[in-house]
Amino acid sequence: MSTTRTSKPARAGQYLALLGYLVFLAFPFLWLISTAFKPPRELASLHPTWIPKDPTFANFRQAFDEQPLLRAAGNSLIAAVCAALIAVAIATPMAYVMARHRTLLARAATGWVVVSQAFPFVLVIIPLFLVLKNLGQINSLPGLIMVYVVWALPFALWMLVGYVRAVPTELEEAAAVDGAGKLRTLVSITAPLLAPGIVATILFAFITAWNEFFFALVLLKTPEKQTLPVVLTHFIGAEGAADLGPLAAAAFLATLPSLVIFAIIQKRITGGMLTGAVKS
Amino acid sequence: MTLATAKKRSAKGASARRGADHGAWFLVLPALIPILILSVGPLLYGITLAFTDSQSGRTEPTEWIGLLNFQDLLHDTLFWDSFRIGLLWAVGVTVPQFLLALGLALLLNQNLRFRWLARSLAIIPWAMPEVVVGIMWRLVYNPDAGVLNETLGNLGFGDGRDWLTGLGTALPAVIVVGIWAGMPQTTVALLAGLQNTPRELHEAAEMDGAGAWRRFRTVTWPALKPVALAITALNFIWNFNSFALVYVLTNGGPGGRTRLPMLFAYEEAFRYGQFGYAAAMGCVMVAVISVILAFYLVGRLKGGDEK
Repeated sequence: MSTTRTSKPARAGQYLALLGYLVFLAFPFLWLISTAFKPPRELASLHPTWIPKDPTFANFRQAFDEQPLLRAAGNSLIAAVCAALIAVAIATPMAYVMARHRTLLARAATGWVVVSQAFPFVLVIIPLFLVLKNLGQINSLPGLIMVYVVWALPFALWMLVGYVRAVPTELEEAAAVDGAGKLRTLVSITAPLLAPGIVATILFAFITAWNEFFFALVLLKTPEKQTLPVVLTHFIGAEGAADLGPLAAAAFLATLPSLVIFAIIQKRITGGMLTGAVKS
Repeated sequence: MTLATAKKRSAKGASARRGADHGAWFLVLPALIPILILSVGPLLYGITLAFTDSQSGRTEPTEWIGLLNFQDLLHDTLFWDSFRIGLLWAVGVTVPQFLLALGLALLLNQNLRFRWLARSLAIIPWAMPEVVVGIMWRLVYNPDAGVLNETLGNLGFGDGRDWLTGLGTALPAVIVVGIWAGMPQTTVALLAGLQNTPRELHEAAEMDGAGAWRRFRTVTWPALKPVALAITALNFIWNFNSFALVYVLTNGGPGGRTRLPMLFAYEEAFRYGQFGYAAAMGCVMVAVISVILAFYLVGRLKGGDEK
């Protein structure tokens, strides 16, 4: 397929570079897994090994004993699911307008999507903190969910606009010619074609909220209300000392949902991002 | 442009104009209202806070103090230290990351075996919570039980260092993590840009006897430039504003050597309760970012002229 001729030494160099990248990419993660399964004796050893000689699940058990991980995961799940569903539900119609109509509003919205990527969160979180405090919504998941919805919106819009543009207007026009009304066209023609993109966007918004740290750190005060990323930082003591085994175990568990979901939607995300990026 | 596409465009334009009158507002409002209330509103409120003496737990009403916060900021050496560190960090992450990602994208654009592996592994940094990335690298950098010192020791570089708490090593150490964390996204974006390059142009250039460097300069780079500019500007801004990674890795230490502006502003606001002052910091950060965005836009416009 490739037409460029590459000399043998150059090829070898390319494979070497690829190997270097793979190692750089993989080694911290492998180390995390290895640490998570090591018994305390091996963690204290002066010469740590890559593969635990005596692998154990004790760290996982201890992690759950030390911190309210289950509840934190539950909080994260509620916040991420609600935020993702709400964000995509309200973003989809707007994305449709942005993709199909070149009105001033659509252009302003696109501008906002870009600009919103740029502001330092501290400028937004202080007023939000004050407002939510006045509403009695500090240390409450609904308050956090509201923030997450708006936080997930720009990227959701960005992805959805790309997906809408990928639906040919001819199909909608044909439906109109056949006498279908606007709503009918949307429901029976556009929506089914858009569905996979919408699902991918929901999953992506879910990961963003599941991984989020800064807002959760500021808005959630008590351990019962905190989300997983915030609770994870409690494993690192005030002095930075940490029980490495449970820390690694908890961190590894917290990553799994995002990794699995991301593996499923990876192609769609890059696809959506690209159509969004190239066409705007 | 062919006649068919021209017709299609005008038809599209007409339907757009018709549609805009009725449905558009109704469809946009569900997203627009929360955006205005929870994003634009707080942003404007945040900017006004910068001109007040707002503090947490203050009982008397907040007063308008004009530019006093900004005057104080001007003399706050700690803030400017953190600002300098923020710029160092943002450049230190963005530039090597771009160069590495560019090389990698060129590599992955080749017909290599195992490139699927690189693509699948790229998920790891991309999907991981930043907090976990921080924790993971703490384990790598750990002076006693970490893999880095052990490997270095095996290679004959004896005395184990405590990378994250060393005055000279902390910033480079967190920069490496920053590069690691953002590589996949940058690579994928550049790879997409590369795939937009017309293959025929490459082949033609090769037949004309252009070497690899010339082909890159004359064919690949011009096509890649818009994507490269966009991703670099965004990366710089994201890095300048980043928080979680460094919060977990060093919490700004040792001695403030990794205290990014966001960490500084966070402490000022939520540890010391100085809301007005922290908001002023945010404003200064926005100003800097605006300058960068302006550069990016100018670059993009220029890029458009060349075409």
